[in-house]
Amino acid sequence: MTLDQLPVGQEATVTVVGGQGALRRRLLDMGITPKTKIQIRKVAPLGDPIELRLRGYLLTIRKEDAQQIEVEL
Amino acid sequence: MKFALVGNQNCGKTTLFNQLTGSNQHVGNFPGVTVDSKEGLIQKRQDIVVDLPGIYSLSPYTNEEIVTRDFIIKEKPDAILNIVDATNIERNLYLSMQLMELHVPMVIALNMMDEIRENGTSIDIHQLSQELGLPIIPISAIKNEGVAELIHSVVEVAKEKRYPSRIDFCSGPVHRAIHGISHLIEDHASAAGVPPRFAATKLVEGDQPMRDELHLTANELDMIEHSVLEMEQELETDREAALADMRYTFIEDTCAKVVKKKGESKSYLRSIAIDNVLTHKYFAIPIFIGIMLTIFWLTFSVIGAYLSDVLAIIVDTITLNVDQFLTNAQINPVVHSLIIDGAFAGVGSVLSFLPIIVVLFFFLSILEDSGYMARVAFVMDKLLRKIGLSGRSFVPMLIGFGCTVPAVMATRTLSSERDRKMTIFLTPFMSCSAKLPIYAVFTYAFFPKYQGLVMISLYLIGILIGILGGLVFKKTAFKGKPVPFVMELPNYRLPGLKSVMLLMWDKAKDFLTKAFTIIFVSSIVIWFLQTFDFRFNMVDGSSSMLAAIGKIIAPVFQPMGFNDWRVSTALITGFTAKEAVVSTLAILLGTSPAELPNLLQTIFTPLSAFSFLVFTLLYTPCVAAISAIKRELQSSWMTLCLILLQCSIAWLFAVLIYQVGGIFL
Repeated sequence: MTLDQLPVGQEATVTVVGGQGALRRRLLDMGITPKTKIQIRKVAPLGDPIELRLRGYLLTIRKEDAQQIEVEL
Repeated sequence: MKFALVGNQNCGKTTLFNQLTGSNQHVGNFPGVTVDSKEGLIQKRQDIVVDLPGIYSLSPYTNEEIVTRDFIIKEKPDAILNIVDATNIERNLYLSMQLMELHVPMVIALNMMDEIRENGTSIDIHQLSQELGLPIIPISAIKNEGVAELIHSVVEVAKEKRYPSRIDFCSGPVHRAIHGISHLIEDHASAAGVPPRFAATKLVEGDQPMRDELHLTANELDMIEHSVLEMEQELETDREAALADMRYTFIEDTCAKVVKKKGESKSYLRSIAIDNVLTHKYFAIPIFIGIMLTIFWLTFSVIGAYLSDVLAIIVDTITLNVDQFLTNAQINPVVHSLIIDGAFAGVGSVLSFLPIIVVLFFFLSILEDSGYMARVAFVMDKLLRKIGLSGRSFVPMLIGFGCTVPAVMATRTLSSERDRKMTIFLTPFMSCSAKLPIYAVFTYAFFPKYQGLVMISLYLIGILIGILGGLVFKKTAFKGKPVPFVMELPNYRLPGLKSVMLLMWDKAKDFLTKAFTIIFVSSIVIWFLQTFDFRFNMVDGSSSMLAAIGKIIAPVFQPMGFNDWRVSTALITGFTAKEAVVSTLAILLGTSPAELPNLLQTIFTPLSAFSFLVFTLLYTPCVAAISAIKRELQSSWMTLCLILLQCSIAWLFAVLIYQVGGIFL
């Protein structure tokens, strides 16, 4: 399943970080690496972007970018 | 000695810099990019500390990151002062590990230790220091705790040239690849002045700038790619992920040893509670609008307006006294007029912006430092994405409705240069409050029943053209890849008074410098054109050079339904300040502002009046705004483009409205 499909509040583990270039590197640099525990905390009022919790902090990314991230429950 | 201050965004870096240097700072720019470079002398010492931009990594993808690594490699500071947010230690240490490879003496300042204590968390600093092989000093920048020890430590490390003793963070395939490549390229790296270890790591990551810098042979590149491929196959992942994973694995293991957490931190829980309201599904946008309206109201009608009035009285008093003095001393009337009508009137009228700018930045820096601005970007991102920007651009554009000058200055908070430039190009389309007097006079004269409606339509036309502009820019001038919207939402914190004050002082200084340079000069030029004819005789308004120029360009407005030199002259004076349009019209028509609406009806029809209003809405920003734009764009050429673009768009739309409107009416 990709990260954008993860139900809000449920914790999952990152398996693959897809995409390329600046975006992918940025996701990795911010700590979204394989085996990381991750959770969607909230969806923005207009339906996008999403607020994530990982490594003890909050991060926001867009849904289309979250599609690049594979997670498993 | 020279120290480089490096750290993530939101980790208290600016606060620490302010504690280290006090008000003894100097703001500049890195050459070629609009990335701030701040320098200051450490208090009571002769050592310089350079505040580098807040970054999360040393990747080759953003200007801020490239500027940082170039600075450290090329300028070779005596030591790196790496500030780490202890409440977010995992992600912060990720940058530290890359800095350690740069082979520069280094100290870690472990910040926010007051919050760590408050949460009951414990961090074994001694052991962490051993694991990382460099000194770690616990501090609380906001409470000024540990800062003296920090200075002591960084000076010592620099004097003794104590390099971080640990650069190997793993064994296994990544380690083998880095080591192999490190040996292979050692000579190239030394020749290029880059630490071999750092170069090797970057080559494993596939870093293009590093490959270019080292001038490797085809054979060496082949060997590098081969060992990277081997590593990738063994790990079943790719090079970038492999290194990120290696670093985070090391950090996780280290933190497991030294950090003992007691549940969630208080600041995190507090942030979640605040966010339940501020980014609430239904309340978020109304609350945001409420906050902005309150700030606007306080800035433009309560505090700012009051202070502006006070300042205006002071300026008026000084002007009056100087005027009196010049009269009494029987100074030459030309010099007299130059001083009073040129310098004092010009600079005095823009000085009245100063309180507004200072007050606005007081509120903005609170929004920024508290962490709310990141939430605004989170809430508004979806709207701005459609025109190729991110949520971060929303606030500067909104400020544009108050005044373009602080709006343009506020684009500094945008982390991407492309977004910053594009926002600056779009902000002047947001109708600033100085244009209100023009709207008021004209709507009163021509649309007395629909005053409000016409005004709102003007604002909407501005926004609409801003959106169109964004859509066009996205496909043309600013096609480049937008920086990905991957943004931290920092925990809410009380802003430090010192930082807020220093920022206000910074912005005030910035504005005053402009007032007495570019604005001063252009006021004199306008005065000169307004006061003399081409034979350099002093004349009244109607036969001055300015009027002559007005007469030359007046036909340009023919397709908008008016061809009157007094109107075109008024529009030229609008260049100094938009309010001047109304006062110049009144002077040239030989009437008082109160009588102005009646006389305007002899020049305009309602349709041509509306077309004139659209033109004033869209044409060149005032000189104060232009100088702010030039400062932020770092380019006279681009600023000129912006002015020409605005004028062309204004002309085009005003003509369109008059011509199309003429068909229907």
